[in-house]
Amino acid sequence: MAKIDLIVRRANLNGKDVDVFVSKGKIVEVKPSAESLDAGDAKVEEAYGLTLLPSLTDVHVHLREPGFEYKEDVESGLRAAAWGGFSNIMCMANTKPVNDNGSVTELMLDKARKHWPKGPRLFPIGALTKGLKGEELAPMAELAQAGCAAFSNDGVPVESTKIFRLAVEYASDWDRVVIDHCEDPYLGVGVGVNEGEVSSRLGLPGQPDVAEALQVARDILLAEYLDLPIHLAHISCRKSADLIRFAKARGVKVTAETTPHYLTMTEAVLEAEGTEYDTAAKVNPPLRPEDDRLAMIEALSDGTIDCLATDHAPHAGHEKETEFDVAPCGISGLDTALSVTWGLVRDGVLTRETFLRAWTTAPCAVFNLPVNTFAPGDPADFFLFDEDEEWTVSASTLHSKGKNTPLLGSVLKGRVKTHFIAGKKIV
Amino acid sequence: MKWLHKDLLDVSQLSKPEVMAIFETAGRFQELQERPVKKVPTLKGRSVVLFFAEPSTRTKTSFDVAGKRLSADTFSLAKSSSSLTKGESLKDTALTLQAMAPDAIVIRHWCSGAARFMADRLDCSVINAGDGRHAHPTQALLDSFTLHQEWGDVAGKTILILGDIAHSRVARSNVILLTRLGAKVRLCGPRTLLPPALKTWPVKVYSDLNEAVKGVDAVMCLRLQLERQKDGLLPDLREYSRTFGLGARHLELANPDVRIMHPGPMNRGVEISSELADSAGSLVLDQVASGVVVRMALLFLYMTRKGEE
Repeated sequence: MAKIDLIVRRANLNGKDVDVFVSKGKIVEVKPSAESLDAGDAKVEEAYGLTLLPSLTDVHVHLREPGFEYKEDVESGLRAAAWGGFSNIMCMANTKPVNDNGSVTELMLDKARKHWPKGPRLFPIGALTKGLKGEELAPMAELAQAGCAAFSNDGVPVESTKIFRLAVEYASDWDRVVIDHCEDPYLGVGVGVNEGEVSSRLGLPGQPDVAEALQVARDILLAEYLDLPIHLAHISCRKSADLIRFAKARGVKVTAETTPHYLTMTEAVLEAEGTEYDTAAKVNPPLRPEDDRLAMIEALSDGTIDCLATDHAPHAGHEKETEFDVAPCGISGLDTALSVTWGLVRDGVLTRETFLRAWTTAPCAVFNLPVNTFAPGDPADFFLFDEDEEWTVSASTLHSKGKNTPLLGSVLKGRVKTHFIAGKKIV
Repeated sequence: MKWLHKDLLDVSQLSKPEVMAIFETAGRFQELQERPVKKVPTLKGRSVVLFFAEPSTRTKTSFDVAGKRLSADTFSLAKSSSSLTKGESLKDTALTLQAMAPDAIVIRHWCSGAARFMADRLDCSVINAGDGRHAHPTQALLDSFTLHQEWGDVAGKTILILGDIAHSRVARSNVILLTRLGAKVRLCGPRTLLPPALKTWPVKVYSDLNEAVKGVDAVMCLRLQLERQKDGLLPDLREYSRTFGLGARHLELANPDVRIMHPGPMNRGVEISSELADSAGSLVLDQVASGVVVRMALLFLYMTRKGEE
């Protein structure tokens, strides 16, 4: 048996007290807690009363470095990830300069190694097209070699179906999946609020759900025709979920994610007393009506939507404290995602199995990332979680530089106490 | 009545008795309009900032006249002369204005929600003079006041709002206020100029103007912004005028005493025929006159709140 260098004692794993044995960054064994234990030279982490969960994977974050370090940088983003329970995060390419060449990818990875050498692990996402302009393919071979785990024009979806098709084909040569931000470029005008009752009353130009669903339909047809995978980012509405369900039944290689905010919030926040025109709730795609929220829960539960992602989009305070039309879209999500979605498990809205699939096994399977299922040989990526600890979401409790969340001032339950990645304690 | 509201952001904030109190106060100021010296010292020493971040002639002038007739000091700040053109944020503009300690700020802004943004950050009263497509409460109040003067009561009357509803803050505020006062409201315009989710509005919607106008007591025409054609929302102005422009032929279908309204400025020959704009049933100039007294009433009520009568 390998030499044990870490033992986590008496942690609660799915209702049972267990001891976890780790060697060289990998899980060796998980077994019921023993009364007495000879730890030998191993470090012992006492976890009594704490819940043991495998580290989460977030396949959709915006770290803003290079170019917009005042909103977030690699260091602060990884700090938020570490405290948020994430061992793997994938960061989008809409930086400045755009991550459309290997140097930018390497800069991101160098920063990650410098500030967080033990993890969380950073997996940059390369641009699909040069400068995100949707005109010429990005050098995906170079990007893949530099460390990009996937490709996407997220934030600036490719308008030309022809270029998008070529990008999906070319990406497949390097065994990388393309992530698409599904938004019809013509109907997508007027972002930040759903087109419907609320936008009508508020007098805001809205984005209809069909702007998303049309592009979802396009991607499904392309994925089927090309017999290649396409991952659909931050799905927000019932129409899209129905299309994806249909596609999966036909065996089309589409996968999809939704976010904690589409599971827990609706457009109603934008006209609720005290939060009217709250720019913190301005996000793209927009918060939808209650029926779409319920559809996201159903679709995640039945596997139509494979995984959760935060779409962590940090912005500076002054950028959000402005007129609704002018404010940028985005919600800062790395710090709150775990508490919010674990709350859904506690309330019986999601099962524990769905939670684990959505945050761990499914995203790792789609993008070929390391995953911990507590089986022998799995990476020792896990955290100890106080399910009952209450915390108030505030500028000082968020580790991200982005304080832009509609949850500011809310009391959430559940806090990461200790986080191990590859057997090393990172917080 | 004690006026307890700090701000006027939309008519939805006002109860029917409060609207009646505004009308009653405006009615008292009407008499002042007849005097040789049209000024009273009611708000002497108080200051009103007219912050118009979007072009406006009649609303701004109307507030200016209203303030001066009550002896308030009015200060104008337009976008072109404000630091907004130098990139200053609305928050900093708000804080700068606040530091000058005005008693009220009247704001016109191109973004929906901008008036609330200011109100949340300022101690003084904020009066919304039009924010984006959202609300234009003082226009709705002066429109209803004009009809109230004509009829004594708008309850039970049928009013058609005609034209570009989707982009109209005037329509939004009028729908809320007129229905609150008991009127029946109809909307008519091309589908491209109607907002989504209209089924949740307390209105009847028509695409045929001949149907829409049948038996109505008043028609409110809305200004058609000519750039809507460039946005692809209309084929051309000729077709719009022929299909949705109000002409004398339509009035034969309406109530014989039908009143015609328009918030101005009018595109004669587009949304309304010139003949109708100048007809005996036109209340367009009455609306302008009502605007001054309604705004006097609002400035009076909001600037002398804090428990005063």
